[in-house]
This record gives sequence, structure tokens and C-alpha cells, in this order.
Amino acid sequence: MKLLVPVKRVVDYNVKVRVKADGTGVETANVKMSMNPFDEIAVEEAVRLKEKGTVTEIVAVTIGPAQAQEQLRTALAMGADRAILVEADGAEPLGVAKVLKALVEREQPQLVILGKQAIDDDMNATGQMLAALLGWSQGTYASKVELSAEGAKVTREVDGGLETVQLKLPAIVTTDLRLNEPRYASLPNIMKARKKPLETVKPADLGVDLTPRLTVVKVEEPPKRQAGVKVASVAELVSKLKTEAKVI
Amino acid sequence: MAVLVLADRSGTTVSQPTRSAVAAAARIDADVHVLVLGGSEAAQAAARLAGVTKVIQADGPAYEHGLAEPAAALLVALAPGYSHLLAPGSAMGKNIMPRVAALLDVQIITDIAAVEGPDTFRRFIYAGNALATVKTADAKKVLTVRAASFDPAPAEGGAAAVEAAPAAEDPGVSSFVGAEIAQSERPELTAARVVISGGRAMGSAENFHLLEGIADKLGAAIGASRAAVDAGYAPNDYQVGQTGKIVAPELYIAVGISGAIQHLAGMKDSKVIVAINKDEEAPIFQVADYGLVGDLFKLLPELEQELG
Repeated sequence: MKLLVPVKRVVDYNVKVRVKADGTGVETANVKMSMNPFDEIAVEEAVRLKEKGTVTEIVAVTIGPAQAQEQLRTALAMGADRAILVEADGAEPLGVAKVLKALVEREQPQLVILGKQAIDDDMNATGQMLAALLGWSQGTYASKVELSAEGAKVTREVDGGLETVQLKLPAIVTTDLRLNEPRYASLPNIMKARKKPLETVKPADLGVDLTPRLTVVKVEEPPKRQAGVKVASVAELVSKLKTEAKVI
Repeated sequence: MAVLVLADRSGTTVSQPTRSAVAAAARIDADVHVLVLGGSEAAQAAARLAGVTKVIQADGPAYEHGLAEPAAALLVALAPGYSHLLAPGSAMGKNIMPRVAALLDVQIITDIAAVEGPDTFRRFIYAGNALATVKTADAKKVLTVRAASFDPAPAEGGAAAVEAAPAAEDPGVSSFVGAEIAQSERPELTAARVVISGGRAMGSAENFHLLEGIADKLGAAIGASRAAVDAGYAPNDYQVGQTGKIVAPELYIAVGISGAIQHLAGMKDSKVIVAINKDEEAPIFQVADYGLVGDLFKLLPELEQELG
């Protein structure tokens, strides 16, 4: 079974992002970039499925600037077999889903695994949108994925606990935090990844129009909370909550 | 044109985040319809929500568990009658609405925190570190609503008619196998008036029980930081934060939580925040209204006693 894993280049998890003074976005110049953490989990899951023998080939894909090759090389070092870079900046989830649909039609994978959301725009939409465009089943927020002849059994993190759904293949799975713990690529694997095939294509080659639907009117700092007071004892805390804040 | 809200059921009623989504919908248009999947009692509860003018109830095995594929097909069938389609930003809403949007060739806007106009909305990006105002060029709008940003519509006050949903095709590509939903006497985390959360400093799953006595006395829900969940001290559905649940209770008590940005993104809209931490430099104190520096193992029993 062939598997497609889309990944996204985002501002690293540990960077404290700053809003640009002109309100057009956040500062991304000279900022450390990494693979979206939920996508790392997706790559890891794909590699584990390959190690189990259920998956024969893993194709990593990204839609991003030329530098997003770095994230594809990371995916290759983790165990993906080859990679495709679709060169386009600032595509929205719907546009990304359209690109991925075109690639799915070309590559014919049985399963697409991707992160539930990217930690930049926090949109949480691409997987579901791709499933819709393909008419495939979707297993979002996965904490467990079991592949069999009948399909994919996906345990999902939902409000209040877990839910399990059975999906007919082909299917889309989006990953949640507790699906697995991604491996670090070893140095030999990083070296090997440099020799794995990486193809670059343009959205137009795939016949996809990426004209954005949304206009960013402005980006601003969120309202800040003011620090309050320190209390000296539990008694003082309870008294203040009762008489000052009046919340208990 | 009317707006449609997909409801999240909560037993025999609709969830509080659904009522927040109704409140957001009412800022867009006065004619607010609600779609309830399964559950006639929940449909009756939706009909009583203030501001709701019509309830559509969809019955049938395909809708009972809120599977995304048939639910999205139904919403698409209903879409021609509406300018906006909304859902709470719950696990259900987040699962279904992007699928609906793509089927309609619309770019969804998720987790809206404010309605600036019929086509302009505000939402947090970068784990709550920035607030974006976005305007959509799509004729039809598909949105999910960040419940913490909208006061819920009152549960009583409406008297809407309930009608049956039109038949829609079930794509039949998925099926519900089962669910393990934690049974608790405590209020649901996203709807609780008081939340007490523990962090990594709780030290173990056993120690997490120290929060229970206090939660019982305050009628509080129990939450946890991601660090505590990752350490196995608390189940994953306790997680408060950008990647977990977003809460905005009257009172939020953070115990042994340092205040990582991901956690703050999930609770900083709380009305009153209390932080208990032994490190007086912990970032959580920068957002806390009341800070108490000290050993939680000493302070928690004291707090339970003081609450009588």
C-alpha cells in the first residue's frame, strides 16, 4: 500500500512569535523554521506502518517556498521514500487540499496521513477538506490507527474521551498529539536522505488555482492580561475570592 | 438570508459551546436556525434557546454518532437556504465543517473569536500569540466558533418550531465502532463555572486526586496542562490549551502549572485566574489575578479545609 504524507514548514514550536509593527502578519524573517509538529507525528506513523509491512512506499509532500525542501529532507531522513515540493507561498487550506487532490490522483495512495492542524494559522481544516474533495472517509484527531484488509480502524480524541470509527479505504487520517512520539533522524539517515528523490512541481502543472479567498485585514497583539496580586496565605486567597472577586 | 448552526448534542440537550455558536450566529443575522443530528429531546432543547427561529432535526443511524461524511452531505443539501453555516469549535464541529466548506468550494474560517461584519471575522493564530482579522471573498461562509469568545445564548426564551431534515445521501464510507467517554459527576470542562487544573508539579496520577476534594467543594471541573497529560498524570481529555480544550470559566485555578504559552492560550479568557506555584517567577503569575507562592502539597489540603 502506498501512503502520502503532506507536511508543512512553520515557525518552530519554541519560537516566541512577534506581530509585525505594520500589522500585516507575524515576523518570519530570520526565525527558525521546522516541520509542523503534528506532521512529524504523521511521518512517524507512516514510517511505523511501513516497518510493520503494511505500507510499501511513503511519499512526503509539501506546498511551500523552495526552502521547504528542508522539511521534506527531514521527512526523508525519518523514513519517507521520496518527496514532492509544490512551490507556492501562502496557500490556504482549500488550495492546499486542491493541490493534494491532484497529487493523490497522480500517485494513487490508499491512505493520506497529515497533522490535524498547522501551528501557524491553527486552521485545522486541510485533512477534512482533502477528504471532501476526494469523497474519501476521514479519521481526524487520531490517537491510534490500525490498518487491515477491511480498512482503517481509527481511534479519535474527542471531547470527553475517545471514539473509534471504521473507515473504508482509501481514507484520510489526521494526527493528534498522542498518536506516537516522533523519532529523531540519525546522522546516517540524514546523509541517506540527501540522495532520495525530491521532485519540484508548480501548482499550474497540476492545474490548481491557488488564488486566496481570505484577505488578512490586520494582525495584532492579543489583549494582554494584567498581573494581579500575590496573596500570603490560603485564608487570604479564599477571602479575596469571596469578597473581592465574588466568584465563590 | 438565514444562518444555520450545527448543534453539538450533550445528552438530552445541546452543549454550551453550541449556545455560544448561536450567540455568534445572532450577530450575523436575526434568523438563526439550528440543525440537530439525532436526539429529539436535544432538538426540543435547541428550540427553547433564545434567538433560535427554527430547528431542523435529522434522524437516522447515519446521524446518531455525528459521523462527518453523512453530516457534511446533509449540511451541503441544506446550504442553498443559508448565507452562513456555523458550528461550535468542538471536536464534532471541527471534524465536520471543513468537509462541508470544501464540498461547497469555500475556504472555512475556524474558531472565530469575533464577528466584525457578515464577511469579516477575528481569530487567533500562532497558539493565541496573534489575533488576525480576516475578510472572505466567498459568497457563502462556513465558520466554527471559539466558544470562550461568545457568551452563550440563554437556554430558555425561544419557542421555535422543529421540523424534520430533508433526506440526504449517506456516502457510506465510515461507521461508528464505539466510544469511551469518561463518566463524571463533575461539570464538563468547557461548560464549568469553575475549573481547577494541575500541572507537571502534581508529580503523579495519585497526587492528581488532591484536586478532587477542592473540585467537589467548588462544583469545579478538573483540567490539566499538556505536561501533566504527557506525563500520564491525567487523561488526555483533561488537557487545557491550544491543542486541547479552550475554557473561559468564572474562576480558573492553576496548580503547579508554569504557564507555557500553549496552556495560556487555552485559559486566559477566564474571568478570574488563581495560580498556585512554588516558583514565584513562573509565567503563570503574569496572567493570574491572585497568586499564591508555595508548596502545593501543603497548600491544597489547606485550601480544601478553608473552603469548608
